[in-house]
Amino acid sequence: MDSGTGEGSTSFTDDYETFISTTDVDLLKRAWRNEKAAPEILQYEAALVHRIKEQIELAEQNVEASEADGEDPLTMSLYQMDLDRTQFLLRSYLRVRLQKIEKYIFHILKTDESLNRLSDEEQTFAASCGDDLRAHLKETVLSKLPTDYNSELKQSAASEEDDMVPAPRLDSFVICKARQYISGLDFEPEYSHEITEMERDLLTFVCYKFIKKPLENGKIDLV
Amino acid sequence: MAGQSCSQLSLFTPDEVEFMAEDELVEIVPNLRMDSLNFICGDYGPFYPQIAIQVPLWLALALKKRGKCTIRPPQWMSIDNLTQVLEGERESHAFQSLPFHYVEISRLLFDHARDDIPEIYMVRSLVEDIRDVRFHKVETNLENFTASAVTWKNMAAMEVNIIRAFSGRALQAFYRHENEQLIPDLDRTQDRQPQNLNDRPRRNLRPR
Repeated sequence: MDSGTGEGSTSFTDDYETFISTTDVDLLKRAWRNEKAAPEILQYEAALVHRIKEQIELAEQNVEASEADGEDPLTMSLYQMDLDRTQFLLRSYLRVRLQKIEKYIFHILKTDESLNRLSDEEQTFAASCGDDLRAHLKETVLSKLPTDYNSELKQSAASEEDDMVPAPRLDSFVICKARQYISGLDFEPEYSHEITEMERDLLTFVCYKFIKKPLENGKIDLV
Repeated sequence: MAGQSCSQLSLFTPDEVEFMAEDELVEIVPNLRMDSLNFICGDYGPFYPQIAIQVPLWLALALKKRGKCTIRPPQWMSIDNLTQVLEGERESHAFQSLPFHYVEISRLLFDHARDDIPEIYMVRSLVEDIRDVRFHKVETNLENFTASAVTWKNMAAMEVNIIRAFSGRALQAFYRHENEQLIPDLDRTQDRQPQNLNDRPRRNLRPR
């Protein structure tokens, strides 16, 4: 490991630069990438989405106002492009989350940990989506099966666990990059044999569950 | 859902990777006077004729398409540097240092700013050669995949994206086989008789 003093000082200035130059769009982009690359649903970035929505609204008003004023069409088209890019990011972020909710609907509904990561709107969506899917399965298949086999969560009444609920695979591999040097203390102790440290900015293929904790703490980005 | 990768949640489409690359900064020389642009993604400008300024690539391309600026090709795209990188790529197993989005940036510049790149044919063929050598390296490197965590220095965004799905599944399979007695394979146990996992000889697991 070459984490000498020289490296420490550069990472300090870098941190300072990111601190002063990070916009909400950068943060949203990071949230979007992490969300797309992670197998499970991540914590909803409520404050960030709120701020971005406000900025989008403001920009929309500005574009409309300058359209009325007969502002320079070049400048306006540039503002419109910036707006489009931000809206694309936000929509894509929200959509990826909806896709995950649909995919793992029963799993999310029955684990509080996942359910708490959703926004209020997403929770409403998940509840109604779960009801619809359950009703559909009942109507088409389950109601015609013997009593022991008519659960949408279990293969049969003999199953101890809910063994028909698709769950995200936490052992799938992701590609990540550490934002800073990560030591063994940043990882969950149970994985300390598997992974001990991570260099800054080095691309690493790694099992998602090993890096779950540093990812949640914002020390790692998924790529 | 245009522009969305629906089939596999975790995959970025090449368009999405390009979208990310368009936020990288490049230097332009505008030929018009324009006030500051206060974008959601940051403030740029004011712009004065003949005064170079850093802007995101998407903005540079938008101005370029309207004939309002020339783009200064980034330093790493000089023939000297590219020749050196190509030699390095051929001689060593490691990846040479190039910007994370070098594939996308060079493509966008070749497509939209060809008149701003001196000796474009030379530059273009160098970049293509470098890309080919590196993609080949990526493919041969796949044969050496064994550990539960693999690190690569200086790999670029497109290169990562190409091997993401394959290597992800491969590593997952390795990991699962190494830890077979710890993690029951959900896909298989579902449609077979439940196996008694304790019957198998326990292996002492060692991290590689």
